[in-house]
Amino acid sequence: MNDPAAPHVAFRDLSVHYGAKQALAGVTLEIPRHSIFGIIGPANSGKTTLLKCINRTVDFIPGVRVGGQVLVDGDNVFAMRNVFALRRRIGMVFPLPVGLPLSVYDNVAYAPRMAGTARRDELDALVETCLRQAALWDEVKDRLELLGTRLSGGQQQRLTIARALSHRPEILCLDEFSIAVDPVTTMKIEDVLVELKERVTIVLVTNLVQQAHRLADHVAFFNDGRLIEAGTTRHMFSERPREQLTFDYVRGHFG
Amino acid sequence: MSSASAVSAGTVSAVPATRFTAGKVEKRKLLVERVAAGVLGITTSALVVPLVGILTVLVVKAWPALSWAFLTQNPQNYMTSGGIWAPLVGTFYLVFISLAVAAPIGVLAGVYMNEYAGDNWGTRIVNMAVVNLAGVPSIVHALFGVGAFVLFAGMGRSVLAAACTLAIMTLPVIITSTREALSAVPKSFREACWNMGASRWQTIRTIVLPNAISGILTGVILQVSRAAGETAPILFTGAVYYVAVPEQGIASYLPYGLWDRCMALSYHLFTISTQVTGVTEGVQYGTAVVLIGLVISVNVLSIGFRVYLRARKRW
Repeated sequence: MNDPAAPHVAFRDLSVHYGAKQALAGVTLEIPRHSIFGIIGPANSGKTTLLKCINRTVDFIPGVRVGGQVLVDGDNVFAMRNVFALRRRIGMVFPLPVGLPLSVYDNVAYAPRMAGTARRDELDALVETCLRQAALWDEVKDRLELLGTRLSGGQQQRLTIARALSHRPEILCLDEFSIAVDPVTTMKIEDVLVELKERVTIVLVTNLVQQAHRLADHVAFFNDGRLIEAGTTRHMFSERPREQLTFDYVRGHFG
Repeated sequence: MSSASAVSAGTVSAVPATRFTAGKVEKRKLLVERVAAGVLGITTSALVVPLVGILTVLVVKAWPALSWAFLTQNPQNYMTSGGIWAPLVGTFYLVFISLAVAAPIGVLAGVYMNEYAGDNWGTRIVNMAVVNLAGVPSIVHALFGVGAFVLFAGMGRSVLAAACTLAIMTLPVIITSTREALSAVPKSFREACWNMGASRWQTIRTIVLPNAISGILTGVILQVSRAAGETAPILFTGAVYYVAVPEQGIASYLPYGLWDRCMALSYHLFTISTQVTGVTEGVQYGTAVVLIGLVISVNVLSIGFRVYLRARKRW
């Protein structure tokens, strides 16, 4: 077992370029285990790129160059050969909901099946658990054969969350998950996140500063590809964070 | 006239007092709109004229010759009368063998280029090659076929050499239509799968191909009509002026071996129209009708297929 005090994810001088454009510049940051880590910052500050580095989907972006290291449990992800095993340890939810053109059931069962789980009873239980956690079960339990693409936008977003949970990740990355979801459902999912953090490390990228305040144990503030400041939520939202920029952003004075 | 416009802050308004009646500008817009719709509509309807014309002439002139016997008999009396069985079977041979060669290679190459290949010099060169291959005139394909298949590969002038030449010709279009069908599947589906730890191949097998297969097959089917219609590529590589084949029994369906030369509808039409004297008009037009009928029915089939699959489209 890993040392519970060691950081679950660590970035060491991580830089990412898309062609000539720098998306991340020398980020060094540690994400502690079994907590909610909020990442805030204006558009184009590199938040999404940071997430894509954790599960190495950054590889799929044409013309990308990466420098530095990302360590998951101390292993540098850019040196890993089996990226699929890495990605199975990480759940990823992006802002635009994507229902795969499969039934609701198959959407959620997709990752376990790709990882080799085929037993129907196991899958049945897993699908129900994940859909419940994503606050979608009650709406779809009677129509699991419906195509995922036929659900409403908000339902598809929750389907995406259910899918991200389906391979029982130890790290869950959420990028603006609440953008297409109504406030009531958002609250339900937030409750689930708080419950999940007992077992899962959650990285929460959000434009809603208040959401970070509500949920996160630690917060990092990014601007223009640079990590401006990271600290406990209490510190970041206090009257005296280290950087003036943090204070201004948190208070809504810019951004 | 209405008090409302008079009240509007004393500005001189160009808007007519009664609303919803056309002013000068609107009237001109309406006129232009009608002229545009008219011209575009007439142009579009004009497209139908040549096709209907061709078909009418062909069918009327061919009518006396068309019969079941015309389809199932060999040409007779030095090809001046009789049927088209030998070339008809030959065309089927050429089409099926050429697609059996071109479809797997083209589809697999298209999948690689669209799903695996990165954007680098190698890919760009292959891309250029495919685009330019599509633009090569068919007679040049024929010469290539002679050099590569007939002579170099030692196939001689044969069904196989002709089919391979046709395959080279249809390959670029199959690759291109495969790539188009694949790129029509949203990138976000692939990313969602990759994020869940699926490999590229798992993603292709479970999500991309099932949703692109209709477009891919349509592209392949459309090449049937191209392969059936071309004369030049088979001219030097495997088509024969005349050969008698069995007309009855199982043997009549499998008259050619891969190393034999065969007759083909397109080449047969060429010879009986220009090389042979005294051919009955009905035989010439009848051959043309069968060839065009073959092409049209394949196209209709592919359109029907596309409509059916589009109705089941899942996003």
